[in-house]
Parts: sequence; C-alpha cells; structure tokens
Amino acid sequence: MTKTRLPEIISRNESDLLNEWVRLQNEVLAGRGDRISDHQLRANSQNFLRILSAALSQGAGSDITAREWTSMRDLLTEFSRQRVSQGFSPSETAIFVFSFKQPLFVRIGKEYANDKQAFEGEVWTATELLDKLGLYTVEAFQKTREDVILRQQQEMLELSTPVVELWTGVLALPLIGTLDSERTQIVMQNLLQGIVDKTADLAIIDITGVPTVDTLVAQHLLKTVAAARLMGADCIISGIRPQIAQTIIHLGVDLAGVLTKATLADAFRLALKKKNLTIGA
Amino acid sequence: MGSLLLVTIQVDMHDQLALTLQDDLTARIVRDRAHGVLIDISALDVVDSFIGRMLGNIASMARVLDAETVVVGMRPSVAITLVELGLSLPGIRTALNVDRGMELLRAGAPGDIASDGPKES
Repeated sequence: MTKTRLPEIISRNESDLLNEWVRLQNEVLAGRGDRISDHQLRANSQNFLRILSAALSQGAGSDITAREWTSMRDLLTEFSRQRVSQGFSPSETAIFVFSFKQPLFVRIGKEYANDKQAFEGEVWTATELLDKLGLYTVEAFQKTREDVILRQQQEMLELSTPVVELWTGVLALPLIGTLDSERTQIVMQNLLQGIVDKTADLAIIDITGVPTVDTLVAQHLLKTVAAARLMGADCIISGIRPQIAQTIIHLGVDLAGVLTKATLADAFRLALKKKNLTIGA
Repeated sequence: MGSLLLVTIQVDMHDQLALTLQDDLTARIVRDRAHGVLIDISALDVVDSFIGRMLGNIASMARVLDAETVVVGMRPSVAITLVELGLSLPGIRTALNVDRGMELLRAGAPGDIASDGPKES
C-alpha cells in the first residue's frame, strides 16, 4: 500500500475541515446546545485534528493501541468523560468522531480526483482508523458510566446500613433493599461494632425494607444473628410481612431459634420487657 | 473461695496448651466447686476451627461438672470468622465483657453463686 497522504490533506484543509465538521456536529446535536457550548465543541474538534495529523505524520498505523496514539486515547477518554457528565447519550458521543468522515472524504475525493484506486485505498485507511477511534470513544463512554455505577453502588452500601441506638443497650438495624453476601458482611460488621461501641445486649433487625427473602437472604440473616449472639447480644427480627412469613415457611427455613416479631413496635416492646423497663402511659 | 472461674486466653492456642487448659480447668472446677466459668477471649484476634471446637469442648466438660460456661469479650472480626466457619457455638452462652458475663452467671443461678468476685485461673 502506498504511503497515506492523510496528514498532508488534513493539515492543508484544516480550517475548512474544522468548520464543516463543527457544523455537522451542531446539526446532529441540534437542541442540545444548552449542554455544550459551540466554543467547547470547536476546541475539542481542533484538538482532535491536531493530534490526529501529528500521530499520522509520525507514521502511526490503524492500530490505535500503539504508542503513537497515546495522546489521542487520552483526548477521547477525557472527552467521553465530559460527555457522560453532561448527560449525552452514547451515540451523541460517538458522532463526534464519525461525523468527521464526511468532510474528510470530500477532501480526499478532491485530492485523488483522477486516481480512483488510490482514492479507494485512502478512504479505506481513513474509515478503518476513524471507526476504531469511534469505537474507542464509545468504550471509554461506557467505562466512565460503569465507574459511576460502581461508585454509586459503594455509596449505597455505606448509606443503607445504619445502626441506631433505640434505648440504652438496645440497637436497631433497619435493613433496606436486597441482602447479598457483600452487604451482609457490611451489615454484620456495622452491627457487631455497634454492639461493642454501645455495649448493647439486644439488637432488633428490622426487615420491613427488604423486598424479598429467599433461602440465601434468610441464611445471611441467621448468620448475622449467630454472630451477634457470639458477642453476647440477643437479636429480634422484626418487620416480617405476611408474604415473607409465607415464603420463609414454604422454603423450609428454620427460624425456630430466633425471636421474631411482626412489627418494630412489638420488637421494641419485647426489648424493653427483657430489660425490665416499662413505659408509663 | 468464690465459685466463678475466670480464664483469660492471651496466647495462640495449640493442641498441647488446649489439653493443659482442659486438665487445669476441670481440676479447678472440682476443687473449688465452681458453678461458673468465664472464658475471656478479648485478646484473641485470630481464631480457627480448632479454637472453636476447643471452646465447645470446655463448655461441655464444665456442664458435666455442673458449671455454666460463658465466653466473653469476643471481637467482631472473630465472631464473623466463627460464623463463616459454620461454628456458632450453640451450647455456649456469650456476653460482651467480663462484667456482663458475671451478671449473666449470677442471674442464671441465683443463690448458687457467691457474690465475692471471680478467681484468677
């Protein structure tokens, strides 16, 4: 294959390419002008062009994992991150790279007006490269989104397992959401640490906010109860909804050794009674 | 003589040590006519199934000699480990600290246990 003349074509037509490309992007993103300014779009595009021609003139091939493309990858990653935080969709992000094709192909066509074979070769090189860069952008977009989800998951874990002291020596652990093994671990740690910190000997685990109880969740609950017992604290499980009571029995889960109450209020009453406390009317 | 024995485990338990402890403890229970044994494991930060089984054995032996065993001072990480190992020590009573453990033993057998404090073992 003959050496590509893309860097030459790009640098010669830079401002034309840029104008046309930005115009195309604005067409696609019509109505989203509130999210990204024209100025920013232009700056991004200009950076892209500059780095593209720099990399190409260093003889970079279509393998975008190569060292020559490092700064391009960084640019696209950063760009995708911006777009994620601005609330763009994946295709709106990818169009940044793909919309560059049309203006570029027009220029290539002009350049090779008399040489059909060279034109085809050059277009193929450009397409292959731009496709890869576009896909890379989408991947980076996806990855940023996954990072966001992961962070939110961790935040949820921390947020959703508070241990509250209802009375001297009586802790309550309101559980919200599904219990998986990772969460059970955190719940257990928080509860046991709470027992140590407050020198509590009673803990009420309220599962009103747990949507479903399957054998695994039940097992996790029993583990938590057993661990609390090892620390010298009794557990009462409260907030068992009628459906959940039925499920537990149908599943054959043995809750015989555990104190259970239908509501948190009942559990609290039992806790006070166990501590020989009464509330005056 | 008081009728509560306090065992503080402060070193890593191994087979020989555990056997010695069992010998000493059963002998002391008989000699002092103890009705309660407190095993303080607050200094343990690593446990394995061996220690879990040993605690169970001691409790069973003490029960045969008519003494109640309370394990006190278990750390959160130790409790989690034991539960994950499937050892929830069903036959053993537990308390958060030595004071609570003594309250438990006194309340459990009123009249049986003198109130003049534990003995070091």
